[in-house]
Amino acid sequence: MQQEVVLAMLAKEPSQGFQLRARLDEALGPLGEGLNAGHIYVTLGRLEKSGLVGLESPGGVGPTDRKIYYLTPVGQERVAEWLAEVSWPKPDLAEFHLKLVAATQGGLADPVAIIDSQRRELLRRLREAQRAAMEEPDRSDAALLLEGIVLRLQADLRWLETCERNWTDRRRNQ
Amino acid sequence: MTTDDLIVRARGLRRDYGRDESLVRAVDGVDLDVASGETVAVMGPSGCGKSTLLHLLGGLDRPSDGELWLYGHRIERSSERALARMRRKEVGFVFQAFHLMDELTARENIELPALLAGRSPRAARRRAFELLEQVGLQDRAGHLPSALSGGQRQRVAIARALANEPLLVLADEPTGNLDSVATLEVLRLLERLHDGGQTLVIVTHDERIAATADRLISMRDGCFIDETRLTGGSRGHLGELIGLDA
Repeated sequence: MQQEVVLAMLAKEPSQGFQLRARLDEALGPLGEGLNAGHIYVTLGRLEKSGLVGLESPGGVGPTDRKIYYLTPVGQERVAEWLAEVSWPKPDLAEFHLKLVAATQGGLADPVAIIDSQRRELLRRLREAQRAAMEEPDRSDAALLLEGIVLRLQADLRWLETCERNWTDRRRNQ
Repeated sequence: MTTDDLIVRARGLRRDYGRDESLVRAVDGVDLDVASGETVAVMGPSGCGKSTLLHLLGGLDRPSDGELWLYGHRIERSSERALARMRRKEVGFVFQAFHLMDELTARENIELPALLAGRSPRAARRRAFELLEQVGLQDRAGHLPSALSGGQRQRVAIARALANEPLLVLADEPTGNLDSVATLEVLRLLERLHDGGQTLVIVTHDERIAATADRLISMRDGCFIDETRLTGGSRGHLGELIGLDA
């Protein structure tokens, strides 16, 4: 899991490690089952060292899971950058999904705006791939590969449409 | 841009069906400008009102409210006769199910609108051959639609839509019934029309066809909710798409 995901989960409020884990579990459902709890603490430790998160009671003693972590201004900046990044073609659906969850929970950005910018980017890529396919002779090898790209982009765009519907409805029902 | 350069201009366009509690606003206050030579795609799920919009633009249906100009002429209150004339001469329609006449050959199907518009049989035939060549089907002139593939039928239907050199071609899910090879054939043809300066409005739920337009409008529940200008993008990301640039 990307460290930005852990970071963004902190945007809602200063939290202990197990609370972050619960938030991730809720957002990922059965997909979160394989999540290693220790990994979150390792990531938090790393984030702390690089100054992206702080500890609410620095120097406090006790088991690691009692520590309360918060986002430093640098951390907040990094989260904002991460939210604005358009990450396709790396087909990390979970990361994108968590971006929307974190943006909403932390009131950091409008999830629908994030979906929109992602969709624009995918449409541009689909356009490029489609145009390249149109220039290929029928049934050329390259046309076959381009067809694969086009179909994948199409599937991603349809999923984004579902995301958009979902987040628009939620916003309406708030 | 002045209004004169616009092929389509719609303001507050609305189309209601039913009344009172069963009132449905199929098109709910749409503003649309389509410039000459532009290809605009309107995309949305089924039931979002995109086909109704297309019917309004083509004079197949009348708006409940709003204003609509075709090449500077107000048409929403035109007489039936004037609308019929407009549909014959100024607008070409392309449908998902082709709507070719089964008992007529490809060439005869293409001639028909020209004959209905009052052209001489000779002129209609000349135009039909021209168009068959343009859509790459000159060797299929004498075939009945049943002897043509889906992609070929749609190309004949597009040729027919062009018979009277319309100001505007309106296409409703033109690739909806086609496999991916035939979809490419049709997209290539639409691209050639675009390059030739034809104004096109396409409604579709196929992202592939929408992505090749100059402008993409998203429609939900009768309204336009988003607009994306797709032209001006650069090439060069294709390797990245398959992980070659990584």
